[in-house]
Amino acid sequence: MTTNAINPSTAAPRFEDLPGLMGLMTGDEKHGPAATSTLDALWVLYDRVLRVTPATAEAQDRDRFLLSKGHGPMAYYAVLAAKGFIDPEVLPSFGAYDSPLGHHPDRTLIPGVEIASGSLGHGLPLGVGTALGLRAQGLTDPAVWVLVGDAEFDEGSNHEAVAFAGAYGLERLHVVVIDNSSATHGWQGGIAARFAAEGWSAETVDGRDHEALHAACTAAHPGRPRVVVARVEPKNS
Amino acid sequence: METMRERFFDVTADLLDADPRVALVLADISAASFAAAAERHPDRVINVGIREQLLIGAAGGLALTGLRPIAHTFASFLVERPFEQVKLDLVHQGVGAVLVSAAGSYDWPAGGRTHMSPGDVALLDTLPGWTVHVPGHPDEAETLLRHAAADGDRNVYVRLSAHQNAEAVPVEPGRFTTVRRGSGGVVLAVGPMLDAVLAATEGLDVTVLYAATVRPFDAAGLRAALGDRPDVVLVEPYLAGTSANEAHEALADRPHRVLALGVPREEHRHYGSIPEHLAAYGLDAASLRERIATFLW
Repeated sequence: MTTNAINPSTAAPRFEDLPGLMGLMTGDEKHGPAATSTLDALWVLYDRVLRVTPATAEAQDRDRFLLSKGHGPMAYYAVLAAKGFIDPEVLPSFGAYDSPLGHHPDRTLIPGVEIASGSLGHGLPLGVGTALGLRAQGLTDPAVWVLVGDAEFDEGSNHEAVAFAGAYGLERLHVVVIDNSSATHGWQGGIAARFAAEGWSAETVDGRDHEALHAACTAAHPGRPRVVVARVEPKNS
Repeated sequence: METMRERFFDVTADLLDADPRVALVLADISAASFAAAAERHPDRVINVGIREQLLIGAAGGLALTGLRPIAHTFASFLVERPFEQVKLDLVHQGVGAVLVSAAGSYDWPAGGRTHMSPGDVALLDTLPGWTVHVPGHPDEAETLLRHAAADGDRNVYVRLSAHQNAEAVPVEPGRFTTVRRGSGGVVLAVGPMLDAVLAATEGLDVTVLYAATVRPFDAAGLRAALGDRPDVVLVEPYLAGTSANEAHEALADRPHRVLALGVPREEHRHYGSIPEHLAAYGLDAASLRERIATFLW
C-alpha cells in the first residue's frame, strides 16, 4: 500500500495520485473498471469545471455536485481527498463504525458532500429542487451537477426529473451519466436521446478522455439543461 | 362552508407574499387554486406535473438551498406513493419541509381505495422527527399552517380534511386541549372527530381532550387529564391504533387501559358519502357512544 501518494499542502494534486488514495480505502492500488468508472469524470469536474473548494464548501453561490450514484464511492472520496475536502488520513477508515466514509456517502458526515445517496434515483430530483431553489433566490450563476449511472437511469424518478427539467428550461442543471453498459435491458438508441427528446442539450463523449469531458462539460447550452453521457468500458468486460 | 383546504390556499398565498424563504411545490392537484400566487411568485410556486417522486425530491432540493418548501397533494400521493423520498430526500438529508395533504382517509368515498390514505400518520411514525398536525376546522388549519411554516427547518405534516367540526378550538400547537371535564376516564378526539365525540359522550362523566397536533404526542397533557381513572379512548380519523403506542408509552408507569378507535385496516369496498363511511367504520356519534360506554362502564 502506498501512503505517500499525495501531500496536498505542498504539491498540486494530480490525476495520477488518485489510485494511491483509493488504495488507502481498498488496500489495493489496482482497481477494475467498475470501481473507477466515475474516476475520470469526477476528476475533470473537480479539477476544471466545478467552482467549489474546501473554503467555499458552505458558500451559497458555490457550484453543487450531487453524487446520485452513491455505490462505489471510493473514486469520489479519493477526488475529495485530493482536492482537500477530506483529510487523506481518514481514508483507511472507509466503512468502519466511526468513519465518516460509508459505502454510500452521507452529507451530514463529510464536508463538501452535497447529498446522502445510495438508493438510486434520488440525486436528479434533488438536483432539480436545488437548481430551482438557487434560481428562486436570484442565484443564477451557480451550476448544479448530478452524476448518475446508466443502470441507475432505470429508476422512474429520473424520468420524472428529466422531463420536468427539460420542459422548465432549467439551464443551471447539468447531468453526467456514467455509461458502462450496466443497465440490464440497455437503452435502445442511447441515453442521450432520452434527454434530448425532453429538450436537453445532450452530448456523448469518451468517459476516459479528459479533454473531451472538459469540452462537453463547459459547452454553452442557453435556456436548456445539459447532459454529458460519458461512455466507459462495459462493466463486465 | 369554507374547507380547510380552501383556507390553505389563502394562507399559503399570504405566506409566499410575506416570507421569501417559503416555496410551494405542487403535483397538479390544487394548481389552479394557486394560479394568482404563481403569477406573483413564478420562481417559488412550482408545479412539477403528475410526478410525486419529483414533488418530494424537489422539495428536498429546495430545502438544501435554504428555502422552506411546502409540498401539497392528496395524502395517498404525498406520503404513501413517494414514501422513500420522504424518508431519504427530507429526513436522511437532514432537511425539512411542510407536507400538506388533502383527502386523507375517507374524504372522497366515491373515489374508492386509490384515494384513501388512512395509513399516512402511521407511516410517518416509522421516521424520526415528524410533527403531525390534524386540524379539525379552517381556523385551526390556519394557526397550524402558519406555525408549521415558521417551525424552523422541522419536518411537519399538516393533514387537511373535508370532514370538519362546526366550531374551532383555540389550539396551541403541540398541546392537547381540555374540552370537557369528567372523572370516568379520558376520550381523546383527534381533529375532525371532535364533534362526533362530543355528541357521543353527552351526559357521560368523562374528560374529553382534543388533539389538533398528534406528534409529538402530548403525553404530559394526557397524564394530567387522567386523574384516578387511567382509562383512555383514542378516536382518530385515520388508521385505528395509530396513537395507541404513544398512549401506552405516556402511561407506562401505571396500570392502564387503552381503546383505540379509528379507520379499520380492512379495505372497505363501498363508495357513497363521508357520513356513510364514518358509520361503517363505527366512528359516527351513535357507534362511538356504544363503544366508549362499553369500554368505560
